[in-house]
Amino acid sequence: MNGEVERLQLGIPGFDQIAEGGIPRGRASLVVGTSGAGKTVFALQALAAGVRLYKQPGVLVTFDETPEDLLRNAQGFGWGLEEAVAEGQVAIIDCAPSHDEEQIQMGDFDFSALLARIMGAVERVHAQRVVMDSVSSLFPQFNDPYAVRRELGRVIRGLRQERLTTLITAERTEEYGPVARFGVEEFVADNVIILRNPLAGEQRRRTIEILKFRGVAHETGEYSYTIEAGTGIRVLPRSAIESFKDASTERVTTGIEGIDEMLRGGVYRDTVMLISGATGTGKTLQVCEFVRAGAQSGERGLLLSFEESAAQLMRNAMSWGVDLRSAVDSGSVRISARYPDRMSLEDLLTQIRLEVEEFNPTRVAVDSLTAIERGASPKAFREFISGLINCFKNAEVAAIVTITTPLMSSSEAISEMHISTLSDAVILLRYAEVAGDLRRVLTVLKMRGSAHDRCIREYTIHDTGMALGGAIQNVEGVLSGSVVHRPST
Amino acid sequence: MTVALRLYVAGSGLHSEVAERNVRELCASLEPGSCELEVVDVSTAPELADEDRILATPTLVKRDPPPTRKVIGDLGDRELLMQTLSLPAPPGDAKTNQP
Repeated sequence: MNGEVERLQLGIPGFDQIAEGGIPRGRASLVVGTSGAGKTVFALQALAAGVRLYKQPGVLVTFDETPEDLLRNAQGFGWGLEEAVAEGQVAIIDCAPSHDEEQIQMGDFDFSALLARIMGAVERVHAQRVVMDSVSSLFPQFNDPYAVRRELGRVIRGLRQERLTTLITAERTEEYGPVARFGVEEFVADNVIILRNPLAGEQRRRTIEILKFRGVAHETGEYSYTIEAGTGIRVLPRSAIESFKDASTERVTTGIEGIDEMLRGGVYRDTVMLISGATGTGKTLQVCEFVRAGAQSGERGLLLSFEESAAQLMRNAMSWGVDLRSAVDSGSVRISARYPDRMSLEDLLTQIRLEVEEFNPTRVAVDSLTAIERGASPKAFREFISGLINCFKNAEVAAIVTITTPLMSSSEAISEMHISTLSDAVILLRYAEVAGDLRRVLTVLKMRGSAHDRCIREYTIHDTGMALGGAIQNVEGVLSGSVVHRPST
Repeated sequence: MTVALRLYVAGSGLHSEVAERNVRELCASLEPGSCELEVVDVSTAPELADEDRILATPTLVKRDPPPTRKVIGDLGDRELLMQTLSLPAPPGDAKTNQP
């Protein structure tokens, strides 16, 4: 007897990693969250995964929704819960309040009936997992919350004696307040998982935290998670650049000859290149050239567009002499246009990851990050950027991302500061006032691991794309965005 | 008219014993045949508890005539219990004594 607590893998993607192997086996764990945080999704997903992945049948006790409603809501996640019920792998115990019968309370009671029903079902399906959802709905059915707490405690001790691993969901009213309503944590305090869904900026930002596992190691702090159709909950590992693969020394073309020259032969194969510039400076053109150049040498390119539809993008590219359409038709380029305002950044990041995994490109372009930044909190956006770059690094793609800077501004765009530290190459596109004319100039701000041309060069945009001219002397303010030519006298 | 009652109890639990005694006394005080009582132990017949969606013990269910009513607890208040179950008053007595 070394007191070692065994783990039970829940089978929720990403969760078992932050739980360092799973929740304590044979114990009860409390899953709390505000309304809409995904407690029921979490619990049902764990139950379904138990059947599907670990051949562990389960019992679901519902205090809130009817079994029919629960199964209908679970359908969209594709866990096969309904089938598991039909096959006798999952038993449902209906304890939802009924609206067509009256119930009054007259004196003391216990929950022996509940425990007997659970045990009956456990025997029937040989269950190892039990879910109780949600115990908060149990309290209004009785007029003595103290008795409900005491009796729930007794039921949970009964389940523990049978070595059943139990997930108990309970509601909380504040994201950062008491653990749960009705003091539920008093009878199941050993293991607590918190799901949060606070507003950050104008978007919901879902996080999960393991508050405690008694006597067992686990990761601390809040982790982002998403809820998607077809999967359910997916916990994202801490967004950090976790694994740098061996740096590549192979160079690939940016699609623009002059820029390749400035970079001494193109970018490295595993580079994330940032293009920053005001509207109309040719960022999207560079993106299109980058993807087309890949397609020309037989590479696959994924273009993630957040500002224009695929049709608009292909039309605009054609006006610069870049034929994206035939690359799309041949299947070597995929254009994926999305409206980022409609989803949380976690969901967006997951979709991008899945798409990169599925399409398996060697080049990825994002146009633009600025469109994604709108409406997001700075913290959520920073995490998104870290996660995105991490995804590119892991997939070993050459990536190009764009940022739109204000046309007239003396300060950098907020996002630019953060992203430029994470990207390997940074190219600034600017308008410059030269002898009363507005011209376009560009410069390579940095190129990690390589020498590069440090001059400021003029460029023009034609129906054949971008053409670089000579270096311009005596200009100032390229970094700040308002470039002024000061002729030497 | 006969009222069909089912009382769910948990083995030898104290509340269950008290409730069963209370219901039996009540039925005995009524016109013979006006009350039909079935006592179910949840530990031996959990499937019946599933059917009637019983959580707590003791729970008395009035199964017939409709509407279905459930009374949870040790059923100590006979007058309130009779009202709840819409039972006729026992012969020659409007008031009943509390145990």
